[in-house]
Amino acid sequence: MRIFVCIKQVPDSAQIRVHPVTNTIMRQGVPTIINPYDLFGLEEALRLRDRFGGEVTVMTMGPPMASDSLRKALTYGADRAVLLTDRFFAGSDTLATSYALANLIQKASENWGQPDIVFCGKQTIDGDTAQVGPGIARRLGLTQLTYVSSIDEIDPSHGTITVRRRADHGVQVLQSRLPAMITMMEGSNEIRRGRIEDALRAASAEVVQWNAAAAGITDLGHCGLRGSPTVVKKVFAPPSREEKATLVGEGAANPAAVANDLITQIFARQPVLEGDLMHAAARH
Amino acid sequence: MNSSAPRPPAAAGSRAGMKKELPEHFRSYKHVWVFIEFEQGEIHPVSLELLGEGRKLADRLQVELAGVLLGGCGAALTGAAGICHSYGADVVYVAAHPVLADYRNEPYTRVMTDLVRKFEPEIMLLGATVLGRDLAGSVATTLQTGLTADCTELAIDDERSLAATRPTFGGSLLCTIHTLNFRPQMATVRPRVMPLPAPDTSRTGRIIEYQAELEESDIVTKVIDFLADRNSESSQLAFADVVVAGGLGLRSAENISLVQDLAHVLGGDWGGSRPLVQKGWIPSDRQIGQTGKTIRPRLYIAAGISGAIQHRVGVEGSDLIVAINTDPNAPIFEFAHLGVVGDATVLLPALTEAFRSRLAVNRLAG
Repeated sequence: MRIFVCIKQVPDSAQIRVHPVTNTIMRQGVPTIINPYDLFGLEEALRLRDRFGGEVTVMTMGPPMASDSLRKALTYGADRAVLLTDRFFAGSDTLATSYALANLIQKASENWGQPDIVFCGKQTIDGDTAQVGPGIARRLGLTQLTYVSSIDEIDPSHGTITVRRRADHGVQVLQSRLPAMITMMEGSNEIRRGRIEDALRAASAEVVQWNAAAAGITDLGHCGLRGSPTVVKKVFAPPSREEKATLVGEGAANPAAVANDLITQIFARQPVLEGDLMHAAARH
Repeated sequence: MNSSAPRPPAAAGSRAGMKKELPEHFRSYKHVWVFIEFEQGEIHPVSLELLGEGRKLADRLQVELAGVLLGGCGAALTGAAGICHSYGADVVYVAAHPVLADYRNEPYTRVMTDLVRKFEPEIMLLGATVLGRDLAGSVATTLQTGLTADCTELAIDDERSLAATRPTFGGSLLCTIHTLNFRPQMATVRPRVMPLPAPDTSRTGRIIEYQAELEESDIVTKVIDFLADRNSESSQLAFADVVVAGGLGLRSAENISLVQDLAHVLGGDWGGSRPLVQKGWIPSDRQIGQTGKTIRPRLYIAAGISGAIQHRVGVEGSDLIVAINTDPNAPIFEFAHLGVVGDATVLLPALTEAFRSRLAVNRLAG
């Protein structure tokens, strides 16, 4: 099987800080990671390759430093890595991003053959939009299978696939056709510990690097800020409420006294709630 | 890959995002649309919440509010359309076709994009559910327009442009996004972020039936089974009257039981902040916040939660927020109504006891 995996290098969100005075993001020193949701697709891709043979190509669009994340993906066992990087892509929204990635996938297909599956992350932890995968599927005419919890059957020679898909009120079992764009649910698998051979190979492997022209993108009007229909007009810290929390229980003798003070305050503000809770308690 | 897939329009020179003038061919786009999620014979509550929000936008723009209903059974859709009218829709577009009986991306995308091209709405809102997120990205890409995900606030500015506000940078700041020169302006909103409006059953409206041209044989994806969730125990979290949640201040996975005990005494539900999910202390469907569940209870008790914006936007609709945290400077005290500076692991059991005896006393008295 030929499988492409789209990943994104993201800041480790647990370590992002906002400057207390200027309200700007302090990016300095924040480590980057592969978007955690992408790893479920990468692991699924590696399992399919181990089962059916073929190769796994990881790809991303980003600044030159994103090659670190691609190299990390190679240590897990991916066969090839491609970085699309160009200043023309700066400021891309999800529509412009899916344009660039769809072109990247097409160029990669010309070089290494058409993929059976393109895996994307369910969403990223920095943008949280979940829009880029569907955008790529739509542009390339791939079957769209999002929120997949397991691939039950797959037959690369006949191009058929059966998956379980997490829907809002249950699980859909879908039978469909390849090529497909798939996003995997978190927890559907666990990324492997890479083998030592892969780590050694990754250390010296070449990360293929293309700029827009090399990827065959000549229409820069669809790229970056120019190609983005959405415009961010304002970034701001949420307004603080006029009133801060009324502090309760200061100077109280013990936790029980604090608890009683707090309950009195709660029911003073929500008088109807007390009766309702009482009725609910009586029904237990 | 399929060569008939939509490609971006050739006339690309004018799509500079910074250009503010709305192109002539988009000026006829009017009205506010809400995609109505209709599955298993029921309208998803988020669609009704969006009708409430859409009503405000439509009134501000002095245009009509429309619901868009897709499904397999015409009679069921007509019934659902009546509900949309009572929640504020002036018009409901109804597309009934056997191919649309179960949600699938391909036919739904096709019908939605056909409807937009035919009737030209200026705004389209969808719920940020699994279905809504699957559909919105496809529709926006096909139409080559802007889509803003997971908005927490929608407004119309002085130039009739939709101002869509959402958390950004992992939930540490908010940003306001516009789609200046493309139509429709699309946005998704998570369930429970907007209040559920009160229905007015005397309200009526129009229904416009749309004959979708679809052939089952053209659709490559088949639904071969649907395994409905048995009432998952966390399914009511978003709708509970009382919610108790814990954060890292609980210090250990074992202390989750302190949160559960208090929730139990109050007949409410429980959850936790994102770090607890990342640590594996609680399942992800118990996560409260922007990327988890948004809640609107009458009483919310946050124990050992610092209150990052990510969390804040998920709980701000609560009637009364009570915060317990050891750090008097924790951001949660900025938006909680009542606060206790103290150790949640000590206070939670004390609160559980105090509530238990108070409610029992009242029961005897009552």
